[in-house]
Amino acid sequence: MDIPYTIEARPDTGLYNAKVGIWLFLASEVMLFGALFSSYVMLRVGSLEWPHGLLNVPIGTLNTVVLITSSITVVLAWASLKLKDFSKFKLFQGCTVLLALTFVIIKSFEYHDKFTHYYVQYNDGAQIVEKTGHLEGNPLNWTLATLADPARSIAEITFHPDAAKDEHGPAHGEHPAPIKIATSQIKKLESFGPWHSTYLAIYFTLTGLHALHVIGGAIVIGYFWGPGSRMWKTEPARLTNRVEVSGLFWHFVDLVWIFLFPVLYLL
Amino acid sequence: MHDQHAEDIKQATRKYIYVFLALLLGTVITVVASYVPFGIKAVNIGVALFIASVKAFLVAGYFMHLISEKKMIYGILSATGFFFVGLMFLIIWSEADQVGNFFK
Repeated sequence: MDIPYTIEARPDTGLYNAKVGIWLFLASEVMLFGALFSSYVMLRVGSLEWPHGLLNVPIGTLNTVVLITSSITVVLAWASLKLKDFSKFKLFQGCTVLLALTFVIIKSFEYHDKFTHYYVQYNDGAQIVEKTGHLEGNPLNWTLATLADPARSIAEITFHPDAAKDEHGPAHGEHPAPIKIATSQIKKLESFGPWHSTYLAIYFTLTGLHALHVIGGAIVIGYFWGPGSRMWKTEPARLTNRVEVSGLFWHFVDLVWIFLFPVLYLL
Repeated sequence: MHDQHAEDIKQATRKYIYVFLALLLGTVITVVASYVPFGIKAVNIGVALFIASVKAFLVAGYFMHLISEKKMIYGILSATGFFFVGLMFLIIWSEADQVGNFFK
């Protein structure tokens, strides 16, 4: 059975079916991200303090450039098919997949940085002290329960406090000297995961969902670059339409990031 | 987009390059503007969201070809826009007494 209107336009809509389908899907995606953006506004408006400078702006900017570049390579891949230049299509489509992977790798480094960055609250003998910084050896996501684990028997930790920060950028100036804190004195220890604050909760929710879209889009675009591209020999116009539809999704992913970047990194 | 002549595609490709450069420029301006002390946080937020909206228009208009699309797509997006705006305003109205905190 042939699927109708994969190449030619339906007379009533003036579009091939997949294009109507992807736009309806993107409409639902707008509502999904819209709900999360409105949640962000509600959480931010409802909080008396909102942290600044927790994220690395140069890294975020680099990822923005990576995603924008992937947006042009995906549209150039489609244009190459329109011009019947299959080798250029392979080049641009391959670049898109590589850029998508680059984005995800950079994002995973950012996530790793958050799960190795700690907040500690302890009694120094005279008062309760709060500090943020890193643990010796950069362990991933330790808690008080990790320290209390009899199998580990950690009597004390070496803590490297953060240097002073400005509003946007990474820390500057000299790092304070590392301090040793006895486990028995520690009241609270947690990494900068989504549980640490409202800001980080919405940050991980928004960027995590976005990253899932990047991964999903990269798989589809990668399929059309690899095994799916065999369709060029039998139904070139259909492959061109498939590439256009996957490209529309990819541009949407870029579009979401265009708003996520200033909202989470800069404001 | 339907079948187009090669020349049209080549012209469109040149347009894509310009849009790409504009997006890069927009990114730089967004970052630089966030460091400018306008005095009121609302101005920084407004500037960043304005630049993001311009960039979104470029992506949607040119990369996604919305500048010259069929009526049906505009119909779908009009309904989406209506409900999206409603979603945002419902939240803002429900927190109207706290909106001042946003701009501190």
